[in-house]
Amino acid sequence: MSDKLIKIIRFIGLGFLEPIIRLSRGEEPRKNGILILKIIIAPLASVLLFIGVWQTGSTALFNKEANYRIEKALKDQGQKAADEMKLCIDSGDISCQPNTLPSPSQVNASFKTLLKDHKAISIDKKNFKEKTAALNKQRNAEGKDPIVYTGRPSFVDQIKTSIKTVFAGFLLAILIAVPIGVIIGLSDTLRSSFNWLIQIFKPVSPVVWLLLVFMIVKTLTKDSDTDSSFIISFISVGLCSMWATLVNTAMGVSTVDKDFINVAKVLKLGPLQKVFKVILPSSLPLIFTGLRITLSVAWMVLIAIELLAQSPGLGSFVWEEFQNGANDSNSKIIVAMFVIGIIGFLLDRLMLAIQKFVSFNKNEGI
Amino acid sequence: MAYLELNSINKTYGQGANAIEVLSNINLSIEEGEFVAIVGFTGSGKTTLVNLINGLLAPTSGEVLFKNNPVEGTSHERGVIFQNYSLLPWLSVYQNVEMAVRAAFPNENRSFRDNHIKNYIDMVSLTSAIHKRPKELSGGMRQRVAVARALAMDPEMIIMDEPLGALDALTRGNLQDEILNIWNKNKRTALLITNDVDEGIYMADRIIPLRPGPNATLGPEFKINIDRPRDKITLNDNAEFKKTRNNIIEYLMDIGNERMTDSDISYQLPDLEPKDLRWEFK
Repeated sequence: MSDKLIKIIRFIGLGFLEPIIRLSRGEEPRKNGILILKIIIAPLASVLLFIGVWQTGSTALFNKEANYRIEKALKDQGQKAADEMKLCIDSGDISCQPNTLPSPSQVNASFKTLLKDHKAISIDKKNFKEKTAALNKQRNAEGKDPIVYTGRPSFVDQIKTSIKTVFAGFLLAILIAVPIGVIIGLSDTLRSSFNWLIQIFKPVSPVVWLLLVFMIVKTLTKDSDTDSSFIISFISVGLCSMWATLVNTAMGVSTVDKDFINVAKVLKLGPLQKVFKVILPSSLPLIFTGLRITLSVAWMVLIAIELLAQSPGLGSFVWEEFQNGANDSNSKIIVAMFVIGIIGFLLDRLMLAIQKFVSFNKNEGI
Repeated sequence: MAYLELNSINKTYGQGANAIEVLSNINLSIEEGEFVAIVGFTGSGKTTLVNLINGLLAPTSGEVLFKNNPVEGTSHERGVIFQNYSLLPWLSVYQNVEMAVRAAFPNENRSFRDNHIKNYIDMVSLTSAIHKRPKELSGGMRQRVAVARALAMDPEMIIMDEPLGALDALTRGNLQDEILNIWNKNKRTALLITNDVDEGIYMADRIIPLRPGPNATLGPEFKINIDRPRDKITLNDNAEFKKTRNNIIEYLMDIGNERMTDSDISYQLPDLEPKDLRWEFK
């Protein structure tokens, strides 16, 4: 029973909890105790160290900025103004706070603010929905578009939009890269004739892809009034990130073990059977390695693309906060940074789990 | 006409100056129901020979005739047991065999196939491991799956390319008996490639040594006049066994020595004369 639990937590990448479970059952206390020290306590200590360094750094930057302000006041307006400035900064008044790298506690506070903000906006939305429900029913019956909430999206909404965009882009990348990769992997002629295209377009920067997609989509959606920013950003994400999958799929398909090909020949499998029963299964691990890279690239370029395309999402959240320049903008940007990092990490874990699941070489280290 | 005939086969790899003739002037004929073993050193071109017969390779010159028809590509009539098992690692034992059965009997219904597959897996006594994947099996078990897969296609001829080469002596012995049983039951034609003379004598009707490559060619055949079923334990004291074994080994040793001394390279030595130093130190 409990071993099943351990298997599950190992599978989803929470293997570090294993010694706690084992210790709680009284198994090998000394060994598991050391394990806990090694894989839980030590990493926790590194987190504390990180926060400590951050705290010291931000304090030093804060002091530098504060001294500069006081000196500036002294130089421009004299001793009295400098004293006032010093008092004002010490009192923590928002109006005169130095604007620099926020401290961990400020970031934490901003995180809470953002959640509170999300709650408020959600309630707002819900109220709006209830209020307009009857009206929308009526409009629907009349064949008109319903009235939708057009207020400011909350931080959590931005996260959801970003995840939606990244998966749309990822799906597009799969749909393009896997079939093309299989086809060019199967044929030496096609591979050598399209290799130049892959080699040239692979290193192109996300920004250029965005502009290219922008040129095309802008023209294509000229006569419709749909919001093209989502389309533009997900297509750009897909095009930027599909190359890893394309190259890996082509490589996996073209380097299938000669023994397997011989088996297919001896069994006289038809071409379709050969592809689906021998070539694809044997190249699945490489294809999934490609997909894992693709997803992480997709998440990375998504932020940059949203930032440039002004499409909603975490990228534009960061950009808006930067432009905003409010007192807590800096700490909100840091919150976004952590959220982006953590989501990227979770996406990678997800792909790793799927990759392990489809790989027939379960013992192979990844 | 023989069942399988190889007429003056040559096989060359590479082109131009890099061309290496691996097999030259191979002539072989096998009768229906016969068990023939080809014995050779490693690297003598045994696998190339097997691939020519099963149709994975085409000869550079000469012809391979199977039941009087030239061999063009692989066929379900010739089942192959590969040297390195070549099981598909993502499929279970059942699925590996199933793949062959589906390919060989595309028109039979599901229950026939299911029965057929289970019969053959049972024949190699792997029923308890039927849903395991190759990775979870030992070397001997994997080779038995490969045997089941080849036989389940009901081939008229079984071609075995060092099927037991990677196995330990005990497993090897067991599998030899199993293969012999199956061969005996259905009286198929069998061609065994091996590097073990004892194995050849124990299993085959005829042994043909393959002289080492490049330019490998077949040596004189040795008939094994030992009654079947042969008994492994008493075989060692059998006079006929000893005689044949010594003859074959002597032959192989001879060509081995020949190969070592028979070198075409001659070294041009510098034209030097010893200098008489006696006068200088006087």
